[in-house]
Amino acid sequence: MSNMVSALNGASAKGFVEVRDMGLQGMITLRGDLNAAKLKKAARAVGGADMPEQGHISLGDTGGAAWMSPDELLVLVPYTEVDARLSEIAKAMGDDHHLAVNVSDARCMFGVSGDDALVREALAKLMPVDLSARAFQPGQFRRSRMAQVPAALWMQAEGEARIVCFRSVAQYVFDLLKGATSPGSEVRYLAR
Amino acid sequence: MLILTCPCCGVTGEETEFHGGGEAHLKRFGPGSSEGEFHDYLFSKVNPKGVHLERWRHNNGCGKWFHAARDTVTMEIYGTYPAQTTEPPQDIRDAITAKRPGWSWREFA
Repeated sequence: MSNMVSALNGASAKGFVEVRDMGLQGMITLRGDLNAAKLKKAARAVGGADMPEQGHISLGDTGGAAWMSPDELLVLVPYTEVDARLSEIAKAMGDDHHLAVNVSDARCMFGVSGDDALVREALAKLMPVDLSARAFQPGQFRRSRMAQVPAALWMQAEGEARIVCFRSVAQYVFDLLKGATSPGSEVRYLAR
Repeated sequence: MLILTCPCCGVTGEETEFHGGGEAHLKRFGPGSSEGEFHDYLFSKVNPKGVHLERWRHNNGCGKWFHAARDTVTMEIYGTYPAQTTEPPQDIRDAITAKRPGWSWREFA
């Protein structure tokens, strides 16, 4: 079998915080009526985490589920288990109207880690989002743009941000993050 | 810079996260209508000074369409409301009236 790699094959850059390609991450787009009991049950079973509230992400041991829009979830699963989880969803949903697609290879995921305030500051350079620790807390999930391309963001933990973007713009996003975290470019607005 | 709140996902973001979609509450004139009506449907858009009702899309977010009432002079957003309406809801009208008594926009006032 061919050797599967993520868009940037684990590239990393160390500035005042560290940026790295998180490697292969299984992702399933699940669309349907998010209030339907069947869909909630399927999302919980497949993502291994609770159903996220609006604008939030819930994380489990091996995956999670993020609230993308009023009718869409992004379910995170281990890369090698995507096909199995997809058939689980199909079985659980039966004939109910829904859409579940493997988007693992259409997206890529980056991690930005380091001092919490500096991580927030680096991202705030690129996104029109209030990233102060008070306004954007772990568990919140925000879709916005990063410079000129769409990107979704959440804080995995304090000082640990995750970004999901389209694979086709992976190099662009990596270069943006690398530039925004280059040593000496700290803004010192959030970080004192 | 406009600050809009998407009624679909609840996110408050600035203008560049959204995309304007032109005039709101258009009434379609298709097959069976006169050429004049079809022309007006396609081309005759209002360009008011003051209160304006528009369609917007949260294109760098949830991707949904919604309506916004704003002021083209002060750049104030009076409010946003769902796309699944054929006229501005009462709370939006009240918000506009509070700032601009006696306003009108097309057939709404």
